[in-house]
Amino acid sequence: MAAKTATPEAAPAAALSKDEILRYSRHLIMPEVGMDGQVKLKRARVLLIGTGGLGAPLGLYLAAAGVGHLGLVDFDTVDFTNLQRQVTFGTSDVGRRKVEAARERLANLNPEIAITVFETKLTSANALELFRDFDIIVDGTDNFPTRYLVNDACVLSGKVNVYGSIFRFEGQATVFGYPGGPCYRCLYPEPPPPGLVPSCAEGGVLGVLPGIVGSIQAMETIKLILGKGEPLIGRLLLFDALQMRFRELKLRKNPDCPVCGSHPTVTKLIDYQEFCGIRGEEAAPTVNVPEITPRELKARLDRGDDVFILDVREPHEYQICQIGGHLIPLGDLPRRVNELDSSREIVAHCRSGKRSADAVAFLRQAGFRKIWNLKGGILAWSDEVDPRVPKY
Amino acid sequence: MAVKVMIPTPLRSYAGKRDHVEVAAKTVGEALSSLIAEHGDLRRHLYQDDGRLRSFVNVYVNDDDIRYLQKEATPLHDGDTVSIVPSIAGGTNPCHSGPGEEPAFCVKDGEKRIPRANPALGIKDAVER
Repeated sequence: MAAKTATPEAAPAAALSKDEILRYSRHLIMPEVGMDGQVKLKRARVLLIGTGGLGAPLGLYLAAAGVGHLGLVDFDTVDFTNLQRQVTFGTSDVGRRKVEAARERLANLNPEIAITVFETKLTSANALELFRDFDIIVDGTDNFPTRYLVNDACVLSGKVNVYGSIFRFEGQATVFGYPGGPCYRCLYPEPPPPGLVPSCAEGGVLGVLPGIVGSIQAMETIKLILGKGEPLIGRLLLFDALQMRFRELKLRKNPDCPVCGSHPTVTKLIDYQEFCGIRGEEAAPTVNVPEITPRELKARLDRGDDVFILDVREPHEYQICQIGGHLIPLGDLPRRVNELDSSREIVAHCRSGKRSADAVAFLRQAGFRKIWNLKGGILAWSDEVDPRVPKY
Repeated sequence: MAVKVMIPTPLRSYAGKRDHVEVAAKTVGEALSSLIAEHGDLRRHLYQDDGRLRSFVNVYVNDDDIRYLQKEATPLHDGDTVSIVPSIAGGTNPCHSGPGEEPAFCVKDGEKRIPRANPALGIKDAVER
């Protein structure tokens, strides 16, 4: 009799409630997950660095899958431009703290799990402390200093780093920091100097791309927790969304790696801004040029003054909105300067007034004297003169 | 040897928007030289001033990293694929600089911070500006 009464308690079913068994039934009926796997998921502690584009599918899928303890690190607030890809958030979340909006969404998706939020930037001072209570760190950040920080903190604390990054139409994913496997510095010992990173020159990302790459990270995280399949250890997955092509490259552990090599030179967290050359960068001189405010320009146009408006943005921006200017992108200005009449009064504008300040400075050097920069660009025009002009 | 050189998204704007080029080359170094001969703007992005490959740009022959082969002297065979794989940080605003202070290469744009144009580095204005 004694043996019989002991049996139910010994069964792993005790670790999941009746509600959980129903919720996770499509996992439980797969032999690759089953009760054992679902309990592993429930016991897992995963820290997401960033709740943005990559963090959205990560948070949603890991919460839905029943990862028992999710940590979310983000310092940012939701804005309208996030909604094109950060599908955790809804329009009503604009202006809210991302970690709060994400916690609410994920808790609604799965109230069975624990969610801890850290409304902070990840820094060298707090990273090791934050990582301590988690088993797996998932890098969903958007900048080099934090990526190196996440990597080094993972290596130093012996945590696995599920990595994903994106650029416009292209993504990369892999698993760093697995015992015996490579780390981020094995792949890229140093970051690009600020400015040379092409991502500085071209913004934008196709909204679905972080969805795909973040989902790959979520899948790898779950495989690591379950101990099933072949994780992306020592393999760099490249994804080109335009070609719709996945490729895989070999990733080796570098024996001379400064963090995870046999004679590491980085043994504690460093200043990652400095490492990435950011703090030492000299600020470019501010261009001082004659300015005109949108209201002044409007008044002059209303008076019928002969003012020539020069729009120095790119053609695809002109398609978004325009205020009747003559389009010469800043980069084309030197060879198209002959399209301009230096005897006329010219007001140059761009989106925010920065490129057009460069254009005004250039044209003044070229001998133009009656030229002004539209202060605040088309954004200020929208705010001060014509709210029908969309902002972007 | 006819080989295919794959150009990653971040560098396509410096390579006539091509996603790959076919070149004839016996080594990786020759293949990259041919590529640069055709698209001069790429040089700055692939090589340092001292002529060494930049440390945030990795080059692969098929699926293997040339750092673990014979570097730029790695021989090529007909049909090989040479891939240029730069590090990408992700995100749409590089001025989300992570820990510490705002980087100096960013400027304030309303509520946001955005990259400062830097013609010396060949940075056009960000689309976001």
